[in-house]
Amino acid sequence: MEISFTQEHEELRQMVRRFFEKDSTEAIVRKLMETESGYDARSWERMASELSLLGIGIPEQHGGAGLGPVEMGIVCEEMGRVLYCGPYLASVVLAAAMVREAAVDAEKSKLLSGIASGKTIATLAIAEESGKWNPESIAMRATRDGAGYRLDGVKDFVLDGHTANVILVVARDGETLALFRVDGNAKGLERAQLPALDLTRKLAKLTFNGTPATRISDKDIAPQLRRVLTLGAAMLAAEQAGGAQRCLELSTEYAKTRLQFGRPIGSFQAIKHKCADMLVDTELARSAAYHAAFELAGEDEAEAAEAAQIAKSFCSEAYYKAAAENIQIHGGMGFTWEHPAHLYFKRARASSVIFGDPSEHRQRLAASLAL
Amino acid sequence: MAQKEITEADLRARVRKLLEEANPDRVDQVTFRGKQYDYGLAWVHFPEGCGGLGISPGMQAVVADEISKHAKTTYEDMAINAIGFGMAAPTLVTHGTEWMKKNLLRRIFTGEDIWCQLFSEPGAGSDVAGLSTRATREGDYWVVNGQKVWTSGAHVSKWGLLLARSNPDVPKHMGMSYFVLDMQSPGVDVRPLHQITGEAEFNEVFMSDVKVPADRIVGREGEGWKVAITTLMNERTAIGGGSGAPRKGSGAISVLMNLWKARDKRRFSPEGEILMRDRITKLYIESELLRLTAQRARTARKAGNPGPEGSVAKLVQAELAKRLWECTMDVIGADSLIYEPGYSRRRPTSRARESRIALSKYQFLRSRANSIEGGTSEVMKNILGERVLGLPGEPRNDKDVPWKQIPRNA
Repeated sequence: MEISFTQEHEELRQMVRRFFEKDSTEAIVRKLMETESGYDARSWERMASELSLLGIGIPEQHGGAGLGPVEMGIVCEEMGRVLYCGPYLASVVLAAAMVREAAVDAEKSKLLSGIASGKTIATLAIAEESGKWNPESIAMRATRDGAGYRLDGVKDFVLDGHTANVILVVARDGETLALFRVDGNAKGLERAQLPALDLTRKLAKLTFNGTPATRISDKDIAPQLRRVLTLGAAMLAAEQAGGAQRCLELSTEYAKTRLQFGRPIGSFQAIKHKCADMLVDTELARSAAYHAAFELAGEDEAEAAEAAQIAKSFCSEAYYKAAAENIQIHGGMGFTWEHPAHLYFKRARASSVIFGDPSEHRQRLAASLAL
Repeated sequence: MAQKEITEADLRARVRKLLEEANPDRVDQVTFRGKQYDYGLAWVHFPEGCGGLGISPGMQAVVADEISKHAKTTYEDMAINAIGFGMAAPTLVTHGTEWMKKNLLRRIFTGEDIWCQLFSEPGAGSDVAGLSTRATREGDYWVVNGQKVWTSGAHVSKWGLLLARSNPDVPKHMGMSYFVLDMQSPGVDVRPLHQITGEAEFNEVFMSDVKVPADRIVGREGEGWKVAITTLMNERTAIGGGSGAPRKGSGAISVLMNLWKARDKRRFSPEGEILMRDRITKLYIESELLRLTAQRARTARKAGNPGPEGSVAKLVQAELAKRLWECTMDVIGADSLIYEPGYSRRRPTSRARESRIALSKYQFLRSRANSIEGGTSEVMKNILGERVLGLPGEPRNDKDVPWKQIPRNA
């Protein structure tokens, strides 16, 4: 699948960029990151009703906007540029994908149309205390309880876990991996917001104590979970590419204007070459993210998985390096709370961990290359 | 330059007419490519009468495609005349005299005349505009004295693109003139340049009172730099552009991965294997991203939106190549102490039949030049910083002073 954006794609990008220029300014980001929910409900509603962004990837028959991974990647990339604060990755990317992949028909329509409208904020709880995002590491067990199920145990590092109104839990039901729906206010569910390194992305630890749950899948969901994690990795990589690009813009702008020794610091080769290196990494990161999105929009699952591994491992490191150098180029100012450099740095660090770190993705890639 | 338009169908019909007159399966390269030139299908974006039709360069692929439908033989590989085909031709069609366009272009295309580029000098590499080879006007001739270096193919070239200093008393960019040099002229002495791999891909070219007819100047006296920019702009596409999109996992990375898979099992401890596996995976990822970025650069250029992708690709390719071939040496282990290709001084031959191991050892040495030739990585970073990102240049002491006052090595 060749990377090839259309005129419509460019228009989508511009529309989303203009929206965030008003709805995700640095001041807004700083305000939201100090709140418990971490997002603006009115802005979220407008994203659904005015721009149909929450319906991307959700079929029109379920109230969605249709479209697919390429369009979703564009939105995620733009979100990454502005450190967008909100449950998009949790609800629209991951939860919606898991529902589409694995939920029985009776559950699909209500959940998907709820997510597309913005009224349902769902999150997919995968990782446990071992901090791994893969089917093999899931230990939580569901037990039958009359006509339904009970969940006991802990899900950790759950995106927007404390504000979601629907929690989708991946747990073991006997021999198979299954998908469960839990109400955000369910009995026996303790939701603790975690004191995150990255204040712009809310995480929670969910403790289940005989929590009532409805099983909404009908067969083993390990392959579906892998596909959903592939999508999640690719979309997070798109966000990272957007963030890296913004770091490059901030560094370059500063290098042109900051004067020391009688001239702009960008006229010194050490700084100039740092910016050039950042440009190289950013272009490669964009190639990686776009390639993953286009492969996901294609038919070849193995190619999509490989592309996502490449993207998540490379974009994580590229974003982190760009964010680190952005601090460095800003000198002392880059170390202040007031300057936005640390916000990108922390987002870069945290997003390199979520859905598996670069080394894990490379290990999986190495295995598929039979190295 | 206003472009004509022609439908793809009409263009293909024209190619078929050419093929009726001459088919690569039945005639030799010079005959076929000569006819192709006469039909305006050589460089379709060149003007009519110069091997082109004045249409969009994107249509060239249509020509190649139509030929391949009707002939198994292809005369598309012009690697031996990359400089003639990719650099001399665009320079001559833009700045050359009518005589040059009428007499030189066709023979570039057929491959009858091989061309070389005479720009770099021992004292003028990254700073090629500081060159000192002197051209002095004497009657109907320019008399040239000086030395060029790193000249690929000079030993087999009929013509050279010569940049020389015609006025040492003005700032350096204003005092050069550009000529086409007949390499057989008396006073031209080509000597092989011995390189670290043991062979001589390049040459030194000594010019001693070489007489260049005055009408062999390209552009006006003193405007040599402007003409050179055209040549240099095409250098990256000629050498770095590549014809087709390489397949995923092909090229150098496939040599490394195959070497790894065929390794002696005693070579690495389990821990060593883990480290090496990660290193190779990273190189695979970078190779893939380079391929994808080059593809994005081509797409952007075709759409008329050239961005930073192309300049990025050259830099990445050079640095990646060094690290990749270093890795092959590490996979090979102690045997990398041995250098099978040997150091006998000779002209380069095809490496196609060499073993993977011998090839890797050769490329390990050869790749050291990737980050130097065609623009050093450091210069590439300056270009990315200044021309792409718009960062300010450094203070210069060589821009506005007469060339002869600029500090030079003896």
